[in-house]
Amino acid sequence: MKVVLENLTKRFPNRNKKGDDVIAVNNFNFEIPDGQLIGLLGPSGCGKSTTLNLISGLETPSSGRILFGEDDVTRLPPENRGVGLVFQNYALYPHLTVLENILFPLQNLRGADKLSKEDMLKRATEAARLVQIDGLLERKPSELSGGQQQRVAIARALVKMPRVLLLDEPLSNLDARLRLQTREEIRRIQQETGITTIFVTHDQEEAMSISDMIVVMEAGIVQQIGKPQDVYDDPANLFVAKFLGTPPINVFEGRLSGGRLMIGQEAVLSVPGAPDGIVWAGIRPEGFIPAADGEFTCDLNRVEVMGRDISVVCHHEKCAGAQIRAIISAESRPGDGAKTVRFRLKPRKVLLFDHESGARIPFEVK
Amino acid sequence: MTGKKNNNLKGWLYLLPAILFLGCFLVYPLIDVLIYSVEEGYNSASQTYTGIGLYNYSYVLRDPYFLQAVKNTFLLVIITVPLSTGIALLISLGLNAIKPLRKLYQTIYFLPYVTNTLAVGLVFMILFKRTAYTDGLVNLMLRWFGAGPVDFIDGPYWAKMFVLCFYTIWVVMPFKVLILTSALASVNPEYYAAARMDSTRSFRVFYKITLPMISPMIFYLVITGFIGAFKAYSDAVALFGTDLNAAGMNTIVGYVYDMLYGSSGGYPSFASAAALILFAIVLTITVINLMISKRHVHY
Repeated sequence: MKVVLENLTKRFPNRNKKGDDVIAVNNFNFEIPDGQLIGLLGPSGCGKSTTLNLISGLETPSSGRILFGEDDVTRLPPENRGVGLVFQNYALYPHLTVLENILFPLQNLRGADKLSKEDMLKRATEAARLVQIDGLLERKPSELSGGQQQRVAIARALVKMPRVLLLDEPLSNLDARLRLQTREEIRRIQQETGITTIFVTHDQEEAMSISDMIVVMEAGIVQQIGKPQDVYDDPANLFVAKFLGTPPINVFEGRLSGGRLMIGQEAVLSVPGAPDGIVWAGIRPEGFIPAADGEFTCDLNRVEVMGRDISVVCHHEKCAGAQIRAIISAESRPGDGAKTVRFRLKPRKVLLFDHESGARIPFEVK
Repeated sequence: MTGKKNNNLKGWLYLLPAILFLGCFLVYPLIDVLIYSVEEGYNSASQTYTGIGLYNYSYVLRDPYFLQAVKNTFLLVIITVPLSTGIALLISLGLNAIKPLRKLYQTIYFLPYVTNTLAVGLVFMILFKRTAYTDGLVNLMLRWFGAGPVDFIDGPYWAKMFVLCFYTIWVVMPFKVLILTSALASVNPEYYAAARMDSTRSFRVFYKITLPMISPMIFYLVITGFIGAFKAYSDAVALFGTDLNAAGMNTIVGYVYDMLYGSSGGYPSFASAAALILFAIVLTITVINLMISKRHVHY
């Protein structure tokens, strides 16, 4: 099912009655193609959960429209939208067994949709098999691990065959190992069912690793929509660049003059086509190449060995963060006792942003 | 080993005040009641008795006043416990559903709890009692419908029982409403959101989600309600005066009191036997309650 969000806006009245309304979601436009896995990504308080609640119908938009396929569902209550929602804390009914939890939505069906007991049981066990909990049907939620509870919650959302599946922070209650495993599970389940799925997360790695498309939000405003790799390589602004990537991008205060990027006194890169002025220059950790004749000199702090790669931690007076982190291959490790390290920069890994607005400044890469 | 022994001794020492206190005022009287109840022909003045046996029990069980008291108590329990819990649940659901003026309504529903018993008795008097000057407010209202007048205080049995039940329900209601509103408020709203997503009808939400979630609190109210109603006495006195046997409205605890100190009193053996019969009844009912709850209460 295609999901269309048109000028979607949600205002909450300010607690302080004289204050302005809080705009949680501001003019959100997005057409989600059928059968895709979409990651809604942003720091906490950016409006991503509100967006999810608007799609589910638990919140009503202040203005704008929501369409599932050709149906306008903006004014439909959640029970009539055909949406499956997996809550952050799963919201499994603690007094019901796993099977009873999964059966619950089916037992609500009325009229023409009403199922016989055997059909219900068949669909519930199918959903349980899909998420691989068919051995746990007689247990109570309290007797399950976090990951198993998560699967039960997904099965309960899937069993009524929703048009759209929504997941609110699906991995935030799991430990690191389970998180890796479960996110692949979510991808597998989504591909097997082909249901358009939207999930919310503040973890960029999670969103990037399984989504077909990611939506980066901040302060209620969509910053960028695109395929994970495209958004990473080609961020629209400084916020998106800083939000995506571990370790995070290194940001320097730089100057453009005569088509060259100056950081401090050094001309570190030629950037044809960019106008002169003060800029923020972001360099991805993988954008540094150690070289004796490199243009960019940094003071070396320490070297951290990670096996395949090493992480070179340095500092520079023009760096906006506390330290610079460069990921280089283990062979090109700087010599012991070195006080400084010199780098050449990969032009594709250097991103320029306007000093005032943070908007991206493009330049030609040869 | 000595260290362990020392610790044991210390432990007993810490427990000593509680053991002494409970022993003096709980265990000793309990045993004493048991002894009194089997001493036949006990005379409290000379502290003598004629023999040991179960005569006291058979006397009490054949005493028409006791049988009347048992009937009254059981009627009171069977009527007031389910009704008061049910009405309290309805009121709490209502309170939980409204937003404006909720605090005001909560205060109003809680007022009976902090009101003096004598004042409440006076109010009920004005409502129900017939005097030489007036038939009482309730009878005035009954007349609008062409019924009555009924003497609720000195009249037929059902009228008196109605007033007693009404009074009891009204008195125990505030506490139950308080407990149930807080129980309802503590149900995680996510469950309701989840139920809403699955288009659950509101009755099913109540029956399948709300009720199981607050079942421990309902169970607590039912158990304490049963025990409280079995121990009822002061309510009947407040309404019908101290000579409850004459009014036919005595309760088991009232019977025990009358046997000890009433105008026909001075029989601690009969009182003890009646008290132990009450104890057996309450114990049985509570055990049955616990057995039923195992299947229906979700912790």
